[in-house]
Amino acid sequence: MSAYKPLGSRIVTPPFIALGVIAAIGFFFLAMRFIYGMGSVTNLNGAHAWGIWVVYDVVVGTAFACGGYALAITVYVLNKGKYHPLIRPALLASLLGYALGGLGAFFDMGRWWQFYNILLPWNWNFNSVMLEVGLCVLTYILVLVIEFSPAVLEHFGAKKLLAVLNKMLFFFIAIGVLLPTMHQSSLGSLLIAMGYKVNPLWQTWQLQPLLALLTALCMGFSIVVFEGSFATAGLRRPSETPLLKGLGMAIVGLLGAFLAVRFITLLVQGKLGLLFAFDFASFMFLVETVLFVVPLVILLSPKRRENGGQLLIAAVSMLLGGALYRFDAFLITFAPGVGYSYFPSVPEIMVTVGLIAFEIMAYLVLVKLFPVMHDAGHEA
Amino acid sequence: MNEHDIERLERRLGMSRRDFMKFFAGLAATMGLSSFAAEAMAEAVAVQRKRPVVIWLHGQECTGPSETLLRAEHPTLERLLLDMISLDYHQTLDTGAGHQVEAAKEASMAANKGQYLLVVEGSIPTKDGGIYCKIANKTMLEHTKEAAENAAAIIAFGSCASWGGVQSSGPNPTEAKGVHEILPGKTVVNLPGCPPNPYNFLATVMHFLTFGKLPALDAQGRPLFAYGRLIHENCYRRPHFDAGRFAEEFGDEGHKQGYCLYKLGCKGPETYANCSVIEFNDISGGTWPIGVGHPCFGCAEKGVGFTKPLFSLADVKTHTPPAMFPEISQRQGSSGVGTGAALLTGAVVGAVVGATAMAAKKLNSTGDSDKQG
Repeated sequence: MSAYKPLGSRIVTPPFIALGVIAAIGFFFLAMRFIYGMGSVTNLNGAHAWGIWVVYDVVVGTAFACGGYALAITVYVLNKGKYHPLIRPALLASLLGYALGGLGAFFDMGRWWQFYNILLPWNWNFNSVMLEVGLCVLTYILVLVIEFSPAVLEHFGAKKLLAVLNKMLFFFIAIGVLLPTMHQSSLGSLLIAMGYKVNPLWQTWQLQPLLALLTALCMGFSIVVFEGSFATAGLRRPSETPLLKGLGMAIVGLLGAFLAVRFITLLVQGKLGLLFAFDFASFMFLVETVLFVVPLVILLSPKRRENGGQLLIAAVSMLLGGALYRFDAFLITFAPGVGYSYFPSVPEIMVTVGLIAFEIMAYLVLVKLFPVMHDAGHEA
Repeated sequence: MNEHDIERLERRLGMSRRDFMKFFAGLAATMGLSSFAAEAMAEAVAVQRKRPVVIWLHGQECTGPSETLLRAEHPTLERLLLDMISLDYHQTLDTGAGHQVEAAKEASMAANKGQYLLVVEGSIPTKDGGIYCKIANKTMLEHTKEAAENAAAIIAFGSCASWGGVQSSGPNPTEAKGVHEILPGKTVVNLPGCPPNPYNFLATVMHFLTFGKLPALDAQGRPLFAYGRLIHENCYRRPHFDAGRFAEEFGDEGHKQGYCLYKLGCKGPETYANCSVIEFNDISGGTWPIGVGHPCFGCAEKGVGFTKPLFSLADVKTHTPPAMFPEISQRQGSSGVGTGAALLTGAVVGAVVGATAMAAKKLNSTGDSDKQG
């Protein structure tokens, strides 16, 4: 029937228990947040309304979760069927990543009990970027559930339902390509809305959506490489390097475009001089650029591309660069007003780390129970 | 508009072209229309060869709506009524009296059949055939029906004419009603308020003169440009409401600080009007009830003004305030990076880099042999 098989190995392993401990600490602080309020757990203040819960869980986390999006474009839009074996794990990671993003937005909300209002059309403000992001992410989580559901249905042997779903799946796949294009670019638009609070090196105005979309795609492909590599190294799966190196080429193109747009924009907007101010912002920009250049250098060489280890380093560097790009713009160099500063508190970080740990645990359980991973061999 | 028109206009209105255009730009802005609309309205007044006829009736009321027009500064009442429109009948402003003025009204209505604008202020008593309000030996009920018959448009100005106002609350001994209630099937523009805002009236009239039709109305016949939103929605004290800062009693600390008046019985959350946006009397600076520290009493809203107790809590149409608000303390100059947090961040980044290095090493050692999997 399907070439996907559950791994079937033991679920409770020492790393799994370690992750469980971290997740438990995270959930403890999350409970504190709901009992005693945001102030007791976070370092947020009147000017920094968005801390790591939004910037990591939503802004960066959803970009990490773009693997499903990037692969859906590759497989279904560009019709490169050979990458199909990678799609289910990627969709699963996307689903978990986006669910974390949605959850993050929820518990970061000061008055979370008003959350339901986003579903009431008469409350919508069509000029709001946040509305677009919120609704789009919410819808996309549902679409991801549907896109991933064949794996669950196969497991339970619901053949009839599966047949019906397979007939309609193309529709959801199409939406699954459209929605991330919308909200990932809107994450850039959020920066436009923040105006001059965003450091000039990151404030590219009209090009924000394009840059956000390019980094999201780069990070999407990188996360597939990352997951594939770790599945090989950690879960003793066969190497997927032959497939992954093709994705490396996609990263090269997109990353090249990103860097070109970015530097040309700086040139046109007359901001290149800021790079040589040698202040904190220019230093962060430099770190980012190095992280972006490393994958470019590695992936441009066919020989290095063949090497699984090098490929992973390139992907991780890309992921860190993309994450730092968003962290810098939204948080690190963000200047909401004189006298304000923000650095996440330990409980705040632990909530995020705990949720990531939980996400990995969920991923491990699901790939072991459900047919997610492709059966050995990529000849198909 | 040509040179001649402008010259004539300046002479007629005694105002410069610039003032004239400024006035219409302001009116257009009140309605949320563009500057093109302002120009069109200016042209409608400037080029109009015959001024539009207005018949103005008074029922049971305090002449508040006419009074409110006295407070309009651009244009002033006399300029509007004597120069821009032809006010053929208005009981409190007419020079003539008795049979003479009634005859003039009849004549004007006959001559301008189907073209005059009917404005009604005051409610209309309906009990016992409407005998509780008579003008020239005819009931207000008859006057209104008669004048409405051939009117091009009907405007009910003020809460009394719109829905009965103060006379319709309580025992309502005269069975006072609003204009639209006694004219079923006719479109009546309601401009409630006690007093109503003169600029909503001027804007509605100018819209009618310019475009030949009435502005968009809501289900209760109120123009959406003025009554489309709750006072609450555009209230300058709204942020206090959202943050849970309320004046608890008159003169307390919150009241002095200008906090939200909801708990003092402000009816802004259930009253549709634009008071919070355009205020009153053209002097700005918060010249309207909430602006001077008194809760809105909902004068424009049927079932609220003159009906609900003055200081009872409003029935909030949008979101009711939660019982508990999160503390929002301003941590200006907050401590910055904590040692533990910095260590933890370092550990997380380190773990990612370390795990990557390990995995990369493992992949390098096994990569080639596994290629065919």
